Amino acid sequence: MKPAAFDYVRVRSVREAVDLLAAKDDAKILAGGQSLTPMLNLRLARSQLLIDIKRAEGLRSLAADDSVVAIGVGWTHAEIEDGVFEDPTRGLMRHVARGIAYRAVRNRGTIGGSLAHADPAADWVSTMAVLGATLVCEGAGGKRRHVAADSFLQGAFLTQLASDEVLVAVEVPRLSAQARWGYYKICRKAGEFAHALGAVIHDPARNICRIVVGATDGPPKLLPGTAAALAADPMSEALDGLDQEIIAALPEHEPAARRLHATAVRRAIAAMSTRMDH
Amino acid sequence: MSGSSVNGEGIGARALRKEDARHLHGRGQFVGDLAMAGLQDVAFLRSPVAHAVILSRSKPSRSDGAIFFHDDLTGALPIVTRSSIPGYKVSDYPVLARERVRFVGEPVAMCVAASRALAEDLTETIDVQYDELPAIMSCDSGRAAGAALLHPQWGDNLFLETSFDSGLDPAVADAPIKVELDISTARQTMHPLEGKGVVAHWDHRAAQLVVHTSTQVPHLIRAGLAECLGLPQAMVRIIAPDVGGGFGYKCLLQPEEVAVAWLALSYKTPFRWIEDRREHLVAGANARQHQYHIKAYADQQGRLLGMDAEVSVDVGAYSVWPFTACLEAAQAGGNLPGPYHLTAYRVQTYSVATNKPPFAPYRGVARPGVCFAMEQVIDAIAKAVGREAWEVRAENLVPGSAMPYTNITNKHYDSGDYPAALLSAKEMIGLDAFRAGARRDARGRYLGIGFASYTEQSAHGTKVFAAWGLPFVPGYDQAFVKLTPDGALEVRSGIHTIGQGLETTLAQVACEVTGVPLRDIRVTLGDTATTPFSTGAYASRGIVMAGGAVGRAGEVVASRIKAIAAHLLQVAPDAVTFRDGRIYAGNASLSYADVGRAWYFRPEQLPEDVDRGGLEATEGYKPDVDGGLFSYASHAVQVAVDAETGLVEILDYVIVEDCGRMVNPMIVEGQTYGGAAQGVGTALFEESPYDANGQPLASTLIDYLLPGPVELPKFRIAHRETLSPYTKFGIKGVGEGGAIAPPAAIINAINDALAPLHAQVRDAPASPKRVLAAIEAAKGHVGALAGADA
Ligand SMILES: Cc1cc2nc3c(=O)[nH]c(=O)nc-3n(C[C@H](O)[C@H](O)[C@H](O)COP(=O)(O)OP(=O)(O)OC[C@H]3O[C@@H](n4cnc5c(N)ncnc54)[C@H](O)[C@@H]3O)c2cc1C
Repeated sequence: MKPAAFDYVRVRSVREAVDLLAAKDDAKILAGGQSLTPMLNLRLARSQLLIDIKRAEGLRSLAADDSVVAIGVGWTHAEIEDGVFEDPTRGLMRHVARGIAYRAVRNRGTIGGSLAHADPAADWVSTMAVLGATLVCEGAGGKRRHVAADSFLQGAFLTQLASDEVLVAVEVPRLSAQARWGYYKICRKAGEFAHALGAVIHDPARNICRIVVGATDGPPKLLPGTAAALAADPMSEALDGLDQEIIAALPEHEPAARRLHATAVRRAIAAMSTRMDH
Repeated sequence: MSGSSVNGEGIGARALRKEDARHLHGRGQFVGDLAMAGLQDVAFLRSPVAHAVILSRSKPSRSDGAIFFHDDLTGALPIVTRSSIPGYKVSDYPVLARERVRFVGEPVAMCVAASRALAEDLTETIDVQYDELPAIMSCDSGRAAGAALLHPQWGDNLFLETSFDSGLDPAVADAPIKVELDISTARQTMHPLEGKGVVAHWDHRAAQLVVHTSTQVPHLIRAGLAECLGLPQAMVRIIAPDVGGGFGYKCLLQPEEVAVAWLALSYKTPFRWIEDRREHLVAGANARQHQYHIKAYADQQGRLLGMDAEVSVDVGAYSVWPFTACLEAAQAGGNLPGPYHLTAYRVQTYSVATNKPPFAPYRGVARPGVCFAMEQVIDAIAKAVGREAWEVRAENLVPGSAMPYTNITNKHYDSGDYPAALLSAKEMIGLDAFRAGARRDARGRYLGIGFASYTEQSAHGTKVFAAWGLPFVPGYDQAFVKLTPDGALEVRSGIHTIGQGLETTLAQVACEVTGVPLRDIRVTLGDTATTPFSTGAYASRGIVMAGGAVGRAGEVVASRIKAIAAHLLQVAPDAVTFRDGRIYAGNASLSYADVGRAWYFRPEQLPEDVDRGGLEATEGYKPDVDGGLFSYASHAVQVAVDAETGLVEILDYVIVEDCGRMVNPMIVEGQTYGGAAQGVGTALFEESPYDANGQPLASTLIDYLLPGPVELPKFRIAHRETLSPYTKFGIKGVGEGGAIAPPAAIINAINDALAPLHAQVRDAPASPKRVLAAIEAAKGHVGALAGADA
């Protein structure tokens, strides 16, 4: 279980990384290495050149205004868990970070690496989708693109990132003081990837109610119908339409898998209704 | 019985482990820590298909000395495990695949380079063409008419078929209660923290092949390796350095081990192979996969009248050396009646060859499966007669008053009180209060309590192994004990410590009989050049066998110490006693160094008739019976089952165990915790699934779930201490027991919890998928009943 030979460059800037990506066909960005290195070791992934962006300027930035915090992709799960910077989501991000893998993985794995890796079961993928975050991608000539997190994944391990683009930041909308959130991850072991995932935020002040079902084998799915019902009657726990909406959202899934996903969503909502802040 | 007689650190003392300091400081020396000039790494190209004829194989030109196929290993013989059991079929297990491959992961070529990464690069330069054959992936398909044959010369896919019948018909005819169950346990791999590892080199001075290997059985590996390489045994030295767990896997002679040793023998330079986790998951010894069909008969009270069982074990492609592919099924058939009084029993066992890695005995050998099946039978009978499972269990257990007791399969239970252990477990888990309380918790989860009882046959010896027809039969274990000139004690045994603390417990035994303080006792294990013969560490035999041998040898040395001391103190030898680390006669005393000095350096002080054996002795030991000593326990567990997710949480876990005289209760507890943790793995997590073509679906620890600290309960342990009448010090073995009962206790608890839903899980692990499927199936069942009523 040792990787095939590769070259390694530690870049100082995103521009340098983008240039190298463009120049070398199978070059790959290396962030925390917590997904990439196991794949290289198993020789399931190969690369002639690893471009280490951990020290690249600007990737551990924070830019905040009243409505959005732009978080550089280089922050680790552990730093988010520890509250090294202010959590714009009133505890949701810290809660999510704490449930990813175990501390040794969290110490290295980054939020950007997780999103770029695009494992459908990854926590940040669903979290950023439910938050309505925006991902910032930088390509040739410093050109930046903004992509909505809920449409970033095109499939399992497949994103809208072009082959010469680097994900540089995640713009996370601030939750207002009245906002409530719920997050429920079904897994068998502490720190395991989710088998089913439900996430919900309700922020009446901003007139936002979003529900996501995640760990679906593909992109996370928004459940707008159930969200509208919840927004209309926040005390309602009946959510009669949820099962139907899950069937429509996950037509290919086995009934047992759909029930599990519906349970995750229902429990995310229930968690929200009983706890204002986490 | 607790507390130690000698210096407070002999037998019975909760002494801290001597081996812990180096491990806690990260200074253990495992095979992977060895450094040697010129060491080259080995990687294996493994079969990507489960069953195929090899059409061709080719390697780049100029790769001689770097890439090896079967025919390149001149003089290396296949691993052949013979058995004298009638009907047993022998498989040739080639070190590298010959004309066929029989499982995904089977070594096909060996590559050598300056680093493991480069050696793995070489595996990618090899071209092998396969002509695939149908893969046999289950016992049923292996036994089906017209099945593809793994070993065509056999005519079928059965390594062995056995049967036992005490005469069942009268019991069947009279029984008012009949239960019929299909039960299975999943395939597992063993996952010692340290995988297998081998470093082999040629010692020019000794003219010896020296193999450092992570093994439980160095003396056996010497014999097996010498046979495969056609060498005299004197030309082979096996050294087992620190071993990070074994669990049975490291009892085997591995093809990789033979191949790497062949390299060192052929090239006279050092070579290394370190198994990685993926190799362990894909190709490492498999275990646990049993399938049961059981009919049990009982009276209205739930008293067992008879049992009729069919057991199939999916033993993979080859017979492992030395235990064969058949030990598991033979043990399963023989041990199924467990701790119960059973008077009519019929069993048929099948050891079926499949296109999976060879099956090996894993901690508990067959008993976790047997216990899982038998304990579900007891619960099913209890359910059928409408009584509490613990009550029916208690009435069927062999009572203490019947000891010693010979059971229906001729197992001789030496001592103990099985029902008493069960009753304490029932009290400790608080069953009565639980029954009076709610069936669901605040989160809506279903709550249940389950029990399981078992016996653990430990240190079974000559008679048992001879009956299995194995290529070796354990007899006397030997130990060497020596007082050094400065009054310290050297203890040597050919057994090995693989985490079970023998460096400490053997020292405690030596301390007990010689009075030498524990800190002055040095235990050396695991090197064929420096230790007397033992077949090794398996079958919960270490402390019984090696402990007995150290006791014997220690007593011989102790009597010689006394003789010299008596002469020096001018008293009779029987006036001499050991106390507080010194040698006393009345108020006069000597140090051990005084005696040591006299023998080695001041012979003029010795008595005329001094024993010329000096202050060292090698003695052999085996218990008074060969059929094993029976430790036993009852486990009780409370679980919460989430009926929407299928997740099971263990809320409380109680173990009441009896392993005879405890040499070190803390180590007994450690063994029990570790075993029970593995049992939880079997019960809830671990599974090596395969697809229909024989591709393993769990090849990393992302897919193969091991329980971690968060998933494990705080096991609460209580001891009983009934001495064995047949062993030195009354010791019985304890290494495996913890792993036996958890699957059974947990499944019974889950089924108790799910009783309101009429759901029953019969297969391990009780994964969320299986739990949810059982709940869904019960919905269908209840619905159908409702429909029929309407
Ligand atoms: C045992 C274990 C358990 C885990 N459990 C969980 C879990 O429960 N939940 C969960 O969500 N995750 C889990 N993970 C995954 C973990 O969160 C990883 O850290 C994360 O997926 C990858 O982040 P990284 O920084 O390590 O990225 P890397 O491994 O360095 O990179 C991952 C991929 O993204 C690409 N990439 C990285 N950064 C960028 C960028 N800025 N722009 C473009 N491409 C980029 C890389 O080229 C690579 O293809 C687990 C991992 C392990 C090893």
